[in-house]
Amino acid sequence: MDLVTPAIGLVFWSVLIFLILLFLLYKFAWKPILGAVNDRNQSIEEALAAADRAKEEMVKLQANNEVVLKEARAERDQILKEARDLKDKTVEEARVAAKQEADLIIKSAKEAIANEKRAAINEMKDEMANLSVLIAEKILEKELGDKEGQKALIESLLKQTNIN
Amino acid sequence: MKRIYLLFFSLTISLFALTAQASENQKTNAANDEEFDPTAVIMHHISDAHDWHLWDKVDKETGEKRGVSIPLPVIVWYNGQLDVFMSSAFHHGEQTVIKGANEYALYHNKIYVAENGAINFDENHHPTNPQPLDFSITKNVASMMFSALLLLAVFIPMGRKYKKGGKVPSGLQGFMEPIILFIKEDIAQPNIGEHKYQRFLPYLITVFFFIWFNNMLGLIPFFPGGANLTGNIAVTFTLAAITMIITNVSGNKSYWKHVFATPGVPVWLAPIMIPVELIGILSKPFALMIRLFANITAGHIIVLSLISLIFIFKTIWIAPVSIAFVLFMDVLELLVALLQAYIFTLLSALFIGLAVQEHH
Repeated sequence: MDLVTPAIGLVFWSVLIFLILLFLLYKFAWKPILGAVNDRNQSIEEALAAADRAKEEMVKLQANNEVVLKEARAERDQILKEARDLKDKTVEEARVAAKQEADLIIKSAKEAIANEKRAAINEMKDEMANLSVLIAEKILEKELGDKEGQKALIESLLKQTNIN
Repeated sequence: MKRIYLLFFSLTISLFALTAQASENQKTNAANDEEFDPTAVIMHHISDAHDWHLWDKVDKETGEKRGVSIPLPVIVWYNGQLDVFMSSAFHHGEQTVIKGANEYALYHNKIYVAENGAINFDENHHPTNPQPLDFSITKNVASMMFSALLLLAVFIPMGRKYKKGGKVPSGLQGFMEPIILFIKEDIAQPNIGEHKYQRFLPYLITVFFFIWFNNMLGLIPFFPGGANLTGNIAVTFTLAAITMIITNVSGNKSYWKHVFATPGVPVWLAPIMIPVELIGILSKPFALMIRLFANITAGHIIVLSLISLIFIFKTIWIAPVSIAFVLFMDVLELLVALLQAYIFTLLSALFIGLAVQEHH
């Protein structure tokens, strides 16, 4: 029966020692340990969250990069196209300008030629007129002795001059 | 810091050893040719004592067997008088101690008020003398103090390490931390609830390590272990009572409603239901008390019985069998030590959880 009868002294000391132990362990062991473990859990959670955020950021950044790359490519294409257009335009313009210039030169050359020709013709006409007059003088000197002959000559001369 | 603790412990132990040497010249009653009584031996070992028996020594000159033990302080209160003296004054029960008007005698490790230097017995050989209020530092109290110091020496430096900001556990920390976290995450949180468990966690962790350490110390057969502390009904009674007090003090409205007006039970059944529920309040911690006491005491009794076999058969040839069985039992008891600490903590958490939960 002694075995199952709690001794008052032992109960007293058990309560005392256990409560002191509980207090000391709570204050100096469980509190810092559980606190540190909590802090650690929190920091791990935060680190994981931060890693997730960084991952998302990376994905976003990558998407961004792609967009920028695409834009850059488009811009490059645009610039190239513009350059090509500009080149074509410039070439065309140059061609047109050259053609105009050439046309102008040709035209003026033609005009010059025509003028020269006309001048030459006029000169030739003058020359021919002078020659004709000379010839006429010679003929006249010879022919004018005869009246009929005079008339016929004048008529034929008139006919000839009408050609021009 | 560690070194200081070590020094402290070795000093305490050597001090005990010195006092033990001093009390060596006390005779034990047992003579060499006396009939071996296993029941008496076992009961003596699992009971509390007023001195801490270390070993026996046979005197070379007289051939007498002497017990070498550490005397412990006796603190008794009788007739409005507080008396404090060392248990060595009893000379292992051979002498009475006279303090003023009171005379004390030691009989079967219990202190009685002696009359004229003697104890009177009834026909069943039970002492009829009154007993004083005994607040002595007995073997179990001393063992409890030692285990408390051990717990403090293990966990306070650990706490300090955490406070310093060492985030990665190392050494003993790495072994203890998972246990603490197990109590937190697998005992307290699921049984008490996410929001309320924190208030009870320090108690649960303390009770777990207190029971576990004392169970293990009880398995060590020599000083400073060997006391059957967690197999003592007074200690398990105290622990169970603390659980009961915590449970009922923190019991909420729905808990008390369940006790005094169980939902779904007709009012006319209340005279039956209320006593049943009140018995339930007591029977839960009572089961805690008996379970721990019985398991640990049973383990000690089995180990001692197996060893007693050697002395019952009076032959050394039984020793290998005894040793094999004791080894097996000791390993099993290591498991039981942990298991009983776990069960006590788990059931305490469960009872507290039932008292604080909001809805069924």
